[in-house]
Amino acid sequence: MTDYKPLQFHVPEPTGRPGDEPDFTGIEIPAAGSAERPPIDVDDNDIKHLARTMIRVMDKDGNAVGPWAEDIPEDVLMHGLKSMIRTRAFDERMMTLQRQGKTSFYMKCTGEEAIAIAFQQALSKGDMHFPTYRQQGILLAQDYPMVDMINQILSNAKDPLKGRQLPILYSVRDYGFFTVSGNLGTQFVQAVGWAMASAIKGDTKIAAAWIGDGSTAESDFHAALVNASVYQPPVVLNVVNNQWAISSFQGIAGGNSATFAERAHGYGIPSLRVDGNDYLAVYAVSRWAIERARRGFGPTLIEWVTYRVAPHSTSDDPSKYRPKEESSAWPLGDPILRLKNHMIQRGLWSDERQTQAETEFDEEVRAATKEAESHGTMGSGASPKEMFECVFKEMPPHLREQRQKMGV
Amino acid sequence: MPQMNMIDAIRDAMDVKMAEDDNVVVFGEDVGYFGGVFRCTHGLQEKYGTSRVFDSPINESGIVGTAIGMAAYGLRPCVEIQFADYIYPAYDQIVSEAARMRYRSSAEFTSPLVIRTPCGGGIFGGQTHSQSPESLFTHISGVKTVIVSNPYDAKGMLISAIEDDDPVIFFEPKRLYNGPFDGHHDRPAKNWSTHPKGDVPEGHYTVPIGKADVVSEGSDVTILTYGTMVYVAEAVKQETGIDAEIIDLRSLLPLDIDTIVASVKKTGRCMVLHEATLTSGFGAELAAQVQERCFYHLEVPVGRVTGWDTPYPHAQEWDYFPGPARVGAELKAMMESV
Ligand SMILES: Cc1ncc(C[n+]2csc(CCOP(=O)(O)OP(=O)(O)O)c2C)c(N)n1
Ligand SMILES: [Mg+2]
Repeated sequence: MTDYKPLQFHVPEPTGRPGDEPDFTGIEIPAAGSAERPPIDVDDNDIKHLARTMIRVMDKDGNAVGPWAEDIPEDVLMHGLKSMIRTRAFDERMMTLQRQGKTSFYMKCTGEEAIAIAFQQALSKGDMHFPTYRQQGILLAQDYPMVDMINQILSNAKDPLKGRQLPILYSVRDYGFFTVSGNLGTQFVQAVGWAMASAIKGDTKIAAAWIGDGSTAESDFHAALVNASVYQPPVVLNVVNNQWAISSFQGIAGGNSATFAERAHGYGIPSLRVDGNDYLAVYAVSRWAIERARRGFGPTLIEWVTYRVAPHSTSDDPSKYRPKEESSAWPLGDPILRLKNHMIQRGLWSDERQTQAETEFDEEVRAATKEAESHGTMGSGASPKEMFECVFKEMPPHLREQRQKMGV
Repeated sequence: MPQMNMIDAIRDAMDVKMAEDDNVVVFGEDVGYFGGVFRCTHGLQEKYGTSRVFDSPINESGIVGTAIGMAAYGLRPCVEIQFADYIYPAYDQIVSEAARMRYRSSAEFTSPLVIRTPCGGGIFGGQTHSQSPESLFTHISGVKTVIVSNPYDAKGMLISAIEDDDPVIFFEPKRLYNGPFDGHHDRPAKNWSTHPKGDVPEGHYTVPIGKADVVSEGSDVTILTYGTMVYVAEAVKQETGIDAEIIDLRSLLPLDIDTIVASVKKTGRCMVLHEATLTSGFGAELAAQVQERCFYHLEVPVGRVTGWDTPYPHAQEWDYFPGPARVGAELKAMMESV
């Protein structure tokens, strides 16, 4: 006789599905300013709690409060806000292009703009991002020519990647933007390797690794952490927790058992959890971690808490798997509105200027789109000849023969 | 008989097996509540519960590794890898574990699992949504490799695969999910409702693994192909008037060599078509076997038409894809060469 009951198989469930009321009561939101700001040479053991709380700077009235409130230069704030508005305008327009059949695919970063943009503003020339497909803000914040981004999206005759790569998987070395892979997680560990190289060569450059909540499940994420832990390279390990991975909520990636920031603890890596919709917090924490890396104190993991407002991609329909109102119920709000309010409050911005900026960027995107379209849209423009180039440095005989056979 | 597209047929196969056998479990990225990005598991979680149909963390090695563990326990996992392009993190589990389990334990432990995965191009998916990695699996000794081309076979072979006591990699050409695509991308898409293989019986039936299908008889040349290229071959036959015998291999490993040999001995010519790259592709194996067994019957060397030896490009998709124009020209050249 056994007194063991039959085991049960556990599968985590989100708090709501279509038809349900959105429920974010499980997300604890500490008061802005409540999290301490440790010195950059802190021992990871002393800040374990920072992986469970949420570092926030802006209070509900738009004031910057607490130890992470920095005296951010006005031009930085201004550029940050404008870049976010510009990125949103860009995303909207590119979505339309896809619907018009001018490109095959697009992914928006709506609601997550502050993360890539503020982080980028805290970085220096020569550093290298290993981005995912949702960090277009890194390029837009650096004023990389928008028309070149669209050329890539359209795979046209001026596409810097010659039509070879899927839209939005940009590669822009000069802007510290490593070629984006479509395979999840692979690049998180490469960023660690790049940072190891910087240390091996006695350089002062750092790497920024990027991954989504869902993709932290990939083995490469863990490979990145163990290598970062062992070699202490100058890398910032960014986890963008936007709550969803296509249709899987963050619990399917293990997010209900521990925060994504806490993953770093098993590896002795200092780790911070941050309100990713709070531009001021993102900028301050990014600067802290970047400085830590550059001063030789090693890796930091940062979990940016945010929400994927948009569908996963143009192929996705979130109304099939999450409550319709979930995005408007998201308790951390809209990063653009929050920074806008803060700046209005400080007398740096106004509603009129906001509307003006929206119109201006919408016009900029339209003009850039028009220019890009003059070089061709999907399926017209990119040369078949290019298909055979860049497989190897020197084209081997078999490819030469195949190219000849194709007659290009 | 019900009309089904390939998605419905695949779902129905899992449904039939899950109803029959409690040991069948289905999981993978987005396959649970949502029902899969291609909807192949839609409705199964609602019907069979979260203990038998569930979402996996995004970790392909974990999907296959846990499936192997479940299979060792006695379950019959049928897992999905969202795109064949994402199967590589699971490759170690497939090659070093699933494929070796029976051999290294002298059949004490086995891996009766199915790995379903959409493959092939034609959807402007770029290099990470278009690959055809079948030859990476036929090469490793110990996994069966299937690639289906229509709803009828898809259901019957998936049931066979789930019932099989060895691991099966089950490729689903995604461009065929909604209709037989013949490579004429500029023409209106056809759907399965007008195709005889879209008639799919209800309930249980099997299509055996290891048996090829002669989809069109002919006397001039044998075309060995599978997946999407079956329809390209049919289009070419029609457009060129060349009397080709078209064989849909369906199962690459085990291979129905008898059907192949009988056909090539009859026609005296053989062309191999696949979407995957040329070098070390499955076509190389086919060409070798055909010349070993049919050398004195061949009037011309075995020809191969395949994807070029480059990563799958995005914009140049139709230059890359071995469509009817390229295949037709090669076939004509083959017919004229003697
Ligand atoms: C290795 C691999 N497996 C699966 C996929 C398919 N896929 C693309 S995006 C995605 C979800 C990723 O979610 P997350 O990491 O949370 O990033 P988010 O899209 O939310 O930014 C999946 C499963 C892939 N691209 N690569
Ligand atoms: Mg996510």
